[in-house]
Amino acid sequence: MAALVVAEHDNVSIGPATLSTVAAAAACGGEVHVLVAGSGADEAARAASRIAGVARVLHADAPCLADGLAENVAAQVLAVASGYGHILFPANAGGKSVAPRVAAKLDVSQVSDIVRVESADTFERPIYAGNALALVQSGDPVKVITVRATGFDPVAETGGDASIESIPAVSGHGKSRFAGREISSSDRPDLAAAKIVVSGGRGLGSADRFREIIGPLADKLGAAIGASRAAVDAGYAPHDLQVGQTGKVVAPQLYIATGISGAIQHLAGMKDSKVIVAINKDGEAPIFGVADYGLEADLFEAVPELLTRL
Amino acid sequence: MKILVAVKRVVDYNVKVRVKADGSGVDIANAKMSMNPFDEIAVEEAVRLKEQGIATEVVAVSCGVAACQETLRTAMAMGADRGILVETDEALQPLAVAKLLKALADREQPRLMLLGKQAIDDDANQTGQMLAALADLPQATFAGRVELRDGEAVVTREVDKGVETVVLSLPAVVTVDLRLNAPRFVTLPNVMKARKKTIEVVKPDDLGVQVGSRLRTIRVTEPRSRTAAARVPDVATLVDRLRNEAKVL
Repeated sequence: MAALVVAEHDNVSIGPATLSTVAAAAACGGEVHVLVAGSGADEAARAASRIAGVARVLHADAPCLADGLAENVAAQVLAVASGYGHILFPANAGGKSVAPRVAAKLDVSQVSDIVRVESADTFERPIYAGNALALVQSGDPVKVITVRATGFDPVAETGGDASIESIPAVSGHGKSRFAGREISSSDRPDLAAAKIVVSGGRGLGSADRFREIIGPLADKLGAAIGASRAAVDAGYAPHDLQVGQTGKVVAPQLYIATGISGAIQHLAGMKDSKVIVAINKDGEAPIFGVADYGLEADLFEAVPELLTRL
Repeated sequence: MKILVAVKRVVDYNVKVRVKADGSGVDIANAKMSMNPFDEIAVEEAVRLKEQGIATEVVAVSCGVAACQETLRTAMAMGADRGILVETDEALQPLAVAKLLKALADREQPRLMLLGKQAIDDDANQTGQMLAALADLPQATFAGRVELRDGEAVVTREVDKGVETVVLSLPAVVTVDLRLNAPRFVTLPNVMKARKKTIEVVKPDDLGVQVGSRLRTIRVTEPRSRTAAARVPDVATLVDRLRNEAKVL
């Protein structure tokens, strides 16, 4: 049976996490289809059709699908669900909101945040903030899954030539409506997809110093900026920069942690990074336990010096 | 208006769990247990709504073993009016919990149901959304702000690229994120007061819900561990090693 990937998109382009989700879907065996549920989303549907390995794109278009309201997107997925053995979503804010609705309506369990496909019905997923990995087997006829992007190498964005089929759109649920959005604008790379991430913690001491110290280093390296929960809670950085168990999970080539002690829940979000650098004046900080390169130093001296040497 | 809050008993967030040698799970036999931190935020929000005169009653619900009564007592010490324990020794998965909560919602008819966005043990992030779907209710996940007015909930959600606001007709389900509020500390007088509040105990059978699980854990393993390397003495060495050894610059 084919696998259906529910695309994350902004009606124009397809989000990078979708490419990893397609990779996970392919590992389940069978054809991979992609659902683009949006409004005026022709361009997103075309982008989906170019993804390597995708056999078919289903495109549902209606105003009620414009803003990804979970009730409506879930209804749209359910409208096409029969015939699929696997329904996969990226494990981000959108996918996490929609997938459980789909699973509940199908009366099946959901497998959250998978990082590996062992076989068509068996998957690996982290539990307890990544302190353990569970191998779970689903006995349900349909596997509803969210996919942690860092667990799967993304498929190529182009090279595919899938057919695009327009399908009837559902009518809106009517009990919820979208009222607005504030997007954090930044010229920096997307945190979840960046090759280098520079992260700051409570050691930065203030929002101003977070900006003054972390910003130039990120600019110099072409890096995304991340933050620990402590830094976000203290108001040094916005919530969408939080890396950790309940924030974003990242696995860049290089992760530079400055002034971050390394609480369990932070490590859960970054310990799969290829190379980890820790800069902290507390030599006992747990972050050093996962760092490939640890520098015990005052970040207010070390980071500016690092800038001059890059 | 009545608010129903779901609370889960989990291993305390400060405890670093260990995988059992036989790979059957994690060893929680003697671990300190607490209320799931996200559920504390949900309880706090419900109690604040009551203090503001918007809610009239806060009902805390927990599903699981008898010891979940402690979790309900904590919720009541924070200000919930009464508790309901759906008692079972079976391991509960999110779909089963959602079905139990749906059955209780049918009986209690709350206008708002608040849950933590995820539990810190299984990290599933499913129950609230499943409950909303089963009850055919609107939902808002990752709530960073909740405002109730004119039969609606205006919820600001913390999403991947910023925040977005949705308006839900009540009744509705809201799952809460970290920054919605800072839960109060439980004081001794309130713990004493909570002892006088009632906990009703029901069984899944009483609610007509089958809680059997369909997701089987084959084994639990330790994650690949990273070995800490030696420290570098200074910034110059760091840059040199990143360039020439790790080759990431």
